[in-house]
Amino acid sequence: MKIIVLAKHAADPESEIRVSADGKGVDEKGLVFDINDWDRYAIEEAIRIREQHGGEVIVVGVGYADDTLRKCLAMGADRAIKIPLDTGMDSYQTAKVVKEAIADESFDLILTGLMSQDHNNALVGTLLAGMLDIPFATAVTSISVEDGRVRAVRELEGGFGEENILPLPALLTIQSGINEPRYVSIMGIKRAKTKELREVSVDAGESMIQVDKVYIPPVEKAELIEGSPEEIAEKLIEILRDRGLI
Amino acid sequence: MMRVFAIAEIGSEELDPVSIELLNLANAIKGDGTSEAVVIGDDVSSYAEELAKHADRVWKVEDSELKNYNPELYVDVLLQLFSKEKPDVVLVANSSRGAEYAPVLAVKLNAPVVTDIVGLDVSNGVRATRYIFQGKLLVDVLVREAETYVFTVRQGVFKDECTVQGEIVDSGIKPSAEVKREFVGIVEPEAGEVDISQADVVVSVGRGIDDASNIELAEELAEVLGGVVAGSRPVIDSGWLPKDRQVGISGKTVKPKLYLALGISGAFQHIMGMKDSELIVAVNKDPEAPIFGVAQYGIVGDIFDVVPALIEKLREIKG
Ligand SMILES: Cc1cc2nc3c(=O)[nH]c(=O)nc-3n(C[C@H](O)[C@H](O)[C@H](O)COP(=O)(O)OP(=O)(O)OC[C@H]3O[C@@H](n4cnc5c(N)ncnc54)[C@H](O)[C@@H]3O)c2cc1C
Ligand SMILES: Nc1ncnc2c1ncn2[C@@H]1O[C@H](COP(=O)(O)O)[C@@H](O)[C@H]1O
Repeated sequence: MKIIVLAKHAADPESEIRVSADGKGVDEKGLVFDINDWDRYAIEEAIRIREQHGGEVIVVGVGYADDTLRKCLAMGADRAIKIPLDTGMDSYQTAKVVKEAIADESFDLILTGLMSQDHNNALVGTLLAGMLDIPFATAVTSISVEDGRVRAVRELEGGFGEENILPLPALLTIQSGINEPRYVSIMGIKRAKTKELREVSVDAGESMIQVDKVYIPPVEKAELIEGSPEEIAEKLIEILRDRGLI
Repeated sequence: MMRVFAIAEIGSEELDPVSIELLNLANAIKGDGTSEAVVIGDDVSSYAEELAKHADRVWKVEDSELKNYNPELYVDVLLQLFSKEKPDVVLVANSSRGAEYAPVLAVKLNAPVVTDIVGLDVSNGVRATRYIFQGKLLVDVLVREAETYVFTVRQGVFKDECTVQGEIVDSGIKPSAEVKREFVGIVEPEAGEVDISQADVVVSVGRGIDDASNIELAEELAEVLGGVVAGSRPVIDSGWLPKDRQVGISGKTVKPKLYLALGISGAFQHIMGMKDSELIVAVNKDPEAPIFGVAQYGIVGDIFDVVPALIEKLREIKG
């Protein structure tokens, strides 16, 4: 099995999110970057499949992805491909450059995260599947590799799932919770240093979208209960009592 | 003259309300053009009639092979339809299914695609509005000029109805693609010991609970309040609570008398599962957390300060 995994070095939505001065982006100050949460599950899944069935795991990152690619190598990926282009919020461009960068790799399976934690497009995987014309399934919560094909359960609404069988090569986008991603070990970090991280230059092509404006959503806020923890507790109990809840 | 197509979403044996919302948006932007619904399945007549109340035209695409959803067949029949009936805009629900096939449809139509939109303006170029950073920011994106645009649309946003009585057309289209992906079956959710959708009080914990060992704190609070403990997705993904305790779009929908959100940011997928609760109280240390947009009462603070104080005071009362 030759498995390609996409991994994005992405800003954590729980870091400090502020609109940049030009109103067209996010202020980099305060942002904490790490491997996109969904991609952590995808890389783990790929490594597990290789551990069971043999083969190779190649991790691909677009942008300033070194830390995340090194992390994936430390987790157990065999080699990494970096495409040093800033494709911003444009998933189409990202999918396009990945397609070009992997043109010479004869893969069996591509795994991507369901969505990126910063821009939440949930597009790169499906667009890539469309561009490559291969069978695909999204929001996958369980995978078993069989002879020349893969059995995948994908998540629907309300806790339901949908089981499908796809012939290889195929592309799956991975939903969180599919596995328990391993931690990076010291040994893993040491080993990663000797692994290949190759930079590939491809043409960025045209962009599909342009950011016009980034802004804070106007919302009506809850009535705040303030004070010391004890005062807050008392006020809240008052509210619950008024409503007959205690 | 603009033609706006909305692809209907069929739930379990019924028309998903988001289908009408797609048509509401279509009617709002069509100008002197048309809103046209497409309904795909093995027997869609009753859905078509419902849709015709909200669309200028409804296209039926019927075949026994379309009984179960398959993205390859959906793309196939839609491409056949769109090769004759040229759409300017295609609207698809941002559901587990719509979000899967719409981007591939876009690739094949050579159309730009924007997902999970909450606003669309076609008056001067094409501008779509969507959330980023899990609901913390909004962005307006300008989409490159194209013959056709594809959008997946967030549910629950375009509620303003506009009644139009349209015609129903049998498209005569049959699936022609050789399917690679084979549908095996639907997997039912596992039933657990506690049904959180039946509880009057739900104490719900998010990633802010930080560690499996802290779940105990929520359990103590639930006990004194006579409620049950539930959680957001990361808590379930981490294995700190069983899957049947998950609140949200891919978990359960709850409408208790009291929903207490502890360390939950309030992502859309979570909100969808609890927004209709009678009383929502949120505790979060981030004053900007989107959860404060759906809560009636908010406490900006640390759950590890607030919750123990609350448990203590409640115990005092109960004696
Ligand atoms: C297809 C799909 C389906 C999904 N389905 C669901 C679903 O069914 N249910 C669901 O919940 N999510 C679902 N999600 C995930 C959803 O998008 C969010 O990622 C998730 O809801 C975030 O959970 P959270 O609020 O617990 O975590 P976070 O977003 O990480 O928020 C944690 C919050 O805790 C606060 N906090 C941290 N420490 C403390 C403290 N000590 N005291 C007080 N506050 C603190 C932080 O300020 C933050 O606001 C789905 C996503 C996708 C893409
Ligand atoms: N810059 C990137 N580098 C590598 N992979 C990416 C990048 N952007 C997106 N992806 C992959 O595509 C998935 C979906 O991303 P998105 O379409 O941005 O929501 C992510 O989970 C990643 O697996």
